[in-house]
Amino acid sequence: MHHTLIALVEDKPGVLNRVASLFRRRNFNIESLTVGRTAEEGVSRMTIVIDTDPAGAQRVGAYLNKLVDVLQVEELVAGVAVARDLALVKVTVGGHDKASLLRVVDETRAHIVDTGEQSMTLEITGEPPHVDAVIARLKPLGIIEMVRTGQVAMRRGDTALSATQYS
Amino acid sequence: MYCLRAHLVMPIRTGAQIIWECLVHEGVQTVFGYPGGAILPTYDAMLDYPIHHVLVRHEQGATHMADGYARAGGGVGVAIATSGPGATNMVTGIATAMMDSSPMVCITGQVPSKMIGYDAFQETDISGIALPITKHSYLITAVEDIMPAIKEAFHLAKSGRPGPVLVDITKDAQQASIEWEWDPAPVKIRGYRANAPVVKTDLIKAEALIRAAKRPVILAGQGVIQSGATREVLAFAERIGSPIAMTLLGLGGVPASHRLNLGMMGMHGEAWVNHAIQEADLLLAFGMRFDDRVTGNLKTYAPTAKKIHIDVDASEINKNVAADVGIVGDLRETLKDLLDFIKPADHSAWVAHINSMKGDAAVRDIQALPDTGHLYAAHVINDIWRITEGKAVVVTDVGQHQMWEAQYYHHDSPRSLITSGGLGTMGFAVPAAIGAKMARPEAEVWAIVGDGGFQMTQAELSTAAQEGVKVNIAIINNGYLGMVRQWQEFFYDRRYAATPLRSPDFLKIADAHGLSGFRVESRGQVNDTVQRARAAEGTVIIDFRVEQEDSVYPMVPAGADLDAMIRRPDNSVLAETGADKN
Ligand SMILES: Cc1ncc(C[n+]2csc(CCOP(=O)(O)OP(=O)(O)O)c2C)c(N)n1
Ligand SMILES: [Mg+2]
Repeated sequence: MHHTLIALVEDKPGVLNRVASLFRRRNFNIESLTVGRTAEEGVSRMTIVIDTDPAGAQRVGAYLNKLVDVLQVEELVAGVAVARDLALVKVTVGGHDKASLLRVVDETRAHIVDTGEQSMTLEITGEPPHVDAVIARLKPLGIIEMVRTGQVAMRRGDTALSATQYS
Repeated sequence: MYCLRAHLVMPIRTGAQIIWECLVHEGVQTVFGYPGGAILPTYDAMLDYPIHHVLVRHEQGATHMADGYARAGGGVGVAIATSGPGATNMVTGIATAMMDSSPMVCITGQVPSKMIGYDAFQETDISGIALPITKHSYLITAVEDIMPAIKEAFHLAKSGRPGPVLVDITKDAQQASIEWEWDPAPVKIRGYRANAPVVKTDLIKAEALIRAAKRPVILAGQGVIQSGATREVLAFAERIGSPIAMTLLGLGGVPASHRLNLGMMGMHGEAWVNHAIQEADLLLAFGMRFDDRVTGNLKTYAPTAKKIHIDVDASEINKNVAADVGIVGDLRETLKDLLDFIKPADHSAWVAHINSMKGDAAVRDIQALPDTGHLYAAHVINDIWRITEGKAVVVTDVGQHQMWEAQYYHHDSPRSLITSGGLGTMGFAVPAAIGAKMARPEAEVWAIVGDGGFQMTQAELSTAAQEGVKVNIAIINNGYLGMVRQWQEFFYDRRYAATPLRSPDFLKIADAHGLSGFRVESRGQVNDTVQRARAAEGTVIIDFRVEQEDSVYPMVPAGADLDAMIRRPDNSVLAETGADKN
């Protein structure tokens, strides 16, 4: 089962390595891991999706908390969190495929971000299942290159996760 | 006026000097190390500071000495090495300290910062290598960062769940100078909390479980020693009349002679202790981590017991064994709080039941047997216990002798047994014993070591000789890598692959170092020889030529149910433990 963990970490060299090393050493498989800035100075935010059971997710949270450079850890509960994934997909455009491709674009809120002579590149953003579904529809049309950012996520509602509430 | 100005100007210090200033301020008196190019500026500065440097013979020795020093003395051990091979030689010792939560700071030199990443001579990414085996690691490339890193390293090493911290410092950072002054402000690390405050509702839940229990067993681990909770554990045990089972690293945390102390649990624990755990209806885990060597098969472990788990490390709660109540906090503080809630109880029938289980081992009491002329390791260790009145600091290596030590040397005080439990590092005993002796010069220190493990780090005899420290080294010489031979006997059809071991003449080794050596071949010689060894000046070696194919009993095979023990065959001349007599 997928679990989504948020880690607020020191924005320092080597921190990503420490976190990634932890998952490897403790034998957890990372489905996706994204890192980026936050609104707080010196604080980066990781969204980590792992495939494990609830006990495993609890263990990972505890191990993350032990890392000196990790400031705050939270497991997001599905349903009370917003999650987004972004994909860039380059699809071939043979003559008669183009119409079906444009139909997919139309029906799925995908954006055309680049057009070449033989291909078209689409941007798909949304909940990860939505991105999965769009990609599934594009596959028969001929995907020649694809990249996904991995999921970023945030608690719903007024409460916020912050590094300062920790110290 | 002049004085005032002199006060305002901070003195100029090199990075190397700052390292030593910091160590002095941290209260360090002894460090263990080995020099080399990348750490040379620091060695050069060393001569100006009141810190004793012990020159080891291998950097692994430095780490084990620092570890033994920390475990015996209760402070932080410090080991120093150069970059590259010096640093990598420390890896085993760092991992050993990590697994056993031993507070240690390792300082390594690194190639100049401009050369990092270019495969410079003796460059190795030690902070990367050490990452999963340290509590934290630093790579310091600027002189300004040295003090904060060292202060944090000490704070991290000794607070919360202790552990090793590595500080890798580039040569240019050691050489650079700044205006510098010691900053006495306490360390604050925003991502680190040593202790969580105890949650009162957890205490209330724990109390309810304790009140309901009919068959409680306390599982006392090294946390008892590290948090200094001996008194609180005893007060707790006595309040509710609960028996206490010990982990290997917990030994000494509760006096072996206490009426409620059952002895050691686990793979080579006492049979009645393992049975008691399996029959218990409440386990009170105090500063222990349910290692696989103490639980056996987790699926059948203590099936009828509720579990209360107190540990300073939150990640230990629910890791191996699900806790009904998990309390994260310093054990001593937590028990103090908990004791406010706990009402006296009487479990004497339960204790009597456990004691009655000792009977089947007692009929084969080792001490009551006539001297058959054979020399058994169990006898040797039990005799050393008797002769030293149980007051020595004993440092063991890893193998059969280690388990016999745990069974036959009865430890009554904390920090009197030092052993590599988690990593099981052969070669630990001799250097760790040297470190222990340096931490506690007044103590009688014994190393109990196998013929195999002794040969792994015997070069440190030379260190002991150079330092003039007295460590009594008992080599339990069975001509085998005994513990592995035992597994081969039990599980591999007695195919002794690579376990028969030829050793050098250990007395000549001693002699080569200018140390005394003795040999013991029969039980009758043990007493006199041990006494002579104790009286001799400097480090001594006793080569105990013990029975070659003896095995440690009882034994829970790896992964088996905790009460599925292999017992010593009935017709054996040896009983299972020294406690059988009592
Ligand atoms: C560094 C290291 N290598 C290998 C082992 C595996 N091992 C565990 S016990 C043992 C045998 C130890 O033999 P010895 O030192 O003679 O002690 P004995 O068991 O005979 O008392 C071995 C090889 C280990 N624990 N540590
Ligand atoms: Mg041996």
